Amino acid sequence: MKLKVNGEDRETQSETILQLLKELDIIPERVAVEVNLRVIKRAEFGNYWFKDGDSVEIVYFVGGGILDFKSQI
Amino acid sequence: MEDKLVIKGIEFESRLWVGTGKYKDFTETAKVIETSGADVVTVAVRRVNITDRKIENLLDYIDPKKYKILPNTAGCYTVEDALRYSRLAREAGVSDMIKLEVIGDERTLFPDVIGLLKATEILAKEGFIVFPYTNDDPIMAKRLEDAGAVAVMPLGAPIGSGLGIRNLYNIKIILEAAKVPVIVDAGVGTASDATIAMELGCDAVLINTAIAGAKDPIAMAEAMKHAVIAGRLAYKAGRIPKKLYATASSPIEGML
Repeated sequence: MKLKVNGEDRETQSETILQLLKELDIIPERVAVEVNLRVIKRAEFGNYWFKDGDSVEIVYFVGGGILDFKSQI
Repeated sequence: MEDKLVIKGIEFESRLWVGTGKYKDFTETAKVIETSGADVVTVAVRRVNITDRKIENLLDYIDPKKYKILPNTAGCYTVEDALRYSRLAREAGVSDMIKLEVIGDERTLFPDVIGLLKATEILAKEGFIVFPYTNDDPIMAKRLEDAGAVAVMPLGAPIGSGLGIRNLYNIKIILEAAKVPVIVDAGVGTASDATIAMELGCDAVLINTAIAGAKDPIAMAEAMKHAVIAGRLAYKAGRIPKKLYATASSPIEGML
């Protein structure tokens, strides 16, 4: 399946948010996830199934507010 | 005698709030926060680096159980972006608190108050605890309060400028009219600036650059801690009126 993850095209076997986070070695408790501009609740990570072409944003807290536009969503 | 700041039932241990930007590393950030005595720590919301997973997580250094994490919408120039970042922040974090910034201009980083007011209204309705970063305009402070802001955060001077509190009189007018706490955000350059804000009667001060950019950030964090406490105590004690001429402190009686 083709996804856009944090602005980059990605070919993946992951079908749910939880699987994708595991693939990327990201702890689910520390991030928020948005799919096609909709914020997905953490409780739904396991049963949110991607569709081909979905745009996924994974964000977390950083030291702020430096205006680091490169990491801006 | 307790003199705790309470907002929406949340008790704040310190009237000094600190930002976490511009530090050398997370170890320094953690040490500064600890030294400052702050319990509110602002953070930004950014993309996780998915290619380099070795990058450390800020929350490994700042325990969210010990500190109140206040996410901001720094870098947002539109209402839509500010709403998007706020909703993500709520999901990433542990509370409904959001330090709302809608920036109007890259050079000054002054707030776009029209966008700020709209975003405050929407987020307050969605149950967010909104702390809007605004300019030192008493009318706008009132409008934000009416729109559901739980506090107002007027700037003392532009973000990172270190110019101090440029318009004491406006801050004073904001304080007189406000029914919500007033927290000076941005502009503090050194300890005396923080003291001045607190002497005016502000409820708290948020500082980032003045500490992070100091030659010795940890020493400056300590200076700020004392400055805020001194300012608050002086405010509560009540300063003497300013007079043009001298008033003797020693008695005239008994002189030769």
